[in-house]
Amino acid sequence: MAKRENPKESGTRNSQEAELQRGEATSELLRELVAHLRQNRTQLREEWVVRISETRLLTAMTKEEIFAEATSVYDSYVEALETETFEALQAYARNLSERIIPRGVETHEVVGIVLLLRDVLARSLFAKYQTDFKKLNRILDAYEPAANRIANTVAVGFVQERERVIRQQQEAIRELSTPVLQVRERLLILPIIGVIDPQRARQLTEQLLRGIRTNRAKVVVIDITGVAAMDVTVANHLVQTVEASRLLGATVIVTGLSPEIAQTLVTIGVDLGKMNTVGDLQGGIEQAERLLGYKVVTLAEPR
Amino acid sequence: MEVPILKQGDVLIATFQAALSDADLNQLRRGLVQQVVKHRSRGVIVDVTAMDVMDSFASRTLREIAHMIRLRGAETVIVGIQPEVAFAMVQLGLTLEDVSTALDLEEGLSYLIQRFKNVD
Repeated sequence: MAKRENPKESGTRNSQEAELQRGEATSELLRELVAHLRQNRTQLREEWVVRISETRLLTAMTKEEIFAEATSVYDSYVEALETETFEALQAYARNLSERIIPRGVETHEVVGIVLLLRDVLARSLFAKYQTDFKKLNRILDAYEPAANRIANTVAVGFVQERERVIRQQQEAIRELSTPVLQVRERLLILPIIGVIDPQRARQLTEQLLRGIRTNRAKVVVIDITGVAAMDVTVANHLVQTVEASRLLGATVIVTGLSPEIAQTLVTIGVDLGKMNTVGDLQGGIEQAERLLGYKVVTLAEPR
Repeated sequence: MEVPILKQGDVLIATFQAALSDADLNQLRRGLVQQVVKHRSRGVIVDVTAMDVMDSFASRTLREIAHMIRLRGAETVIVGIQPEVAFAMVQLGLTLEDVSTALDLEEGLSYLIQRFKNVD
């Protein structure tokens, strides 16, 4: 006796089967598609390179370089379509980005060429299946999601690589621009240049305090001529740096305050009695020398 | 825990050990001023090199010690505040203002001797 199926169960089973059939059909279509793209590789790649130079993308690269990369990108593209896996493509995109970012290639160029390739390949599909609209539709159903994913993967890979480079450069700038320099016994100079954010301000303070202890400094001149502006948070950091230095027995002289920064300090109500300031670095060093008991004398005859 | 107090001429040197309880700090405040009176000291160095954290009670006590000693006509110098401790202190607003500070024992002594000369 045949078992009577619950209509809902059979409905689910039917749609699962349909899903399976669709999946198989898609894979078969993708295989057909990939075969076509491989067969016409030379011609389609050439067409793509022509479109790239027509739209004036990748101007930072030579023709030979564009051709070499185009070949790799094309093959990776087709392979991604074939395998439906994108890790290899992601890795390639990052690798490519690492090479072309120092050449000055921009995000819109990378996205542009990937979309151009997408277009070149799609048009070749239109040309091939123009007589069979139904089939063209099914081919496109297979192609579209994969092609979109590829464009996405490459663009995101490029942007991530850019962000990595930017982070690296920021770190390098931070480390470079906070030297603590001893110019006399017991006298340190801290020349600050550029933008100070709270993180950099904190790093400066730590470096300075360590420097005071290591060099047994009694006077520190912090020169901020190279700092255009600072917000209230950073201004407070500066005040804290002065106070912390005092706890280590060092006097701080701040030099080179711009009018904007002077305004900020007055606005936040800094106790100017606590802040020892001098107009410029030269004045600051001269005062520091006086504090330390140095005197600079001109020799009768310069050597 | 007793804080050792050593005498070096006109100067008393109190060396903090690592973690001092509130009771230790109170005891020190009493003991140190008594010693200043007994020895007619002109200066006191409080060495906090071994302290890796300074809370608001310790900070307030140090200021009170300095004020009390000043009332006896002597000067206090706090020495040996570690960079990390100094940083944490200013962030908490514990600035020890109106108390003299120096990098270490050597600097502290040199500062006091200079001050004694100026007064003489």
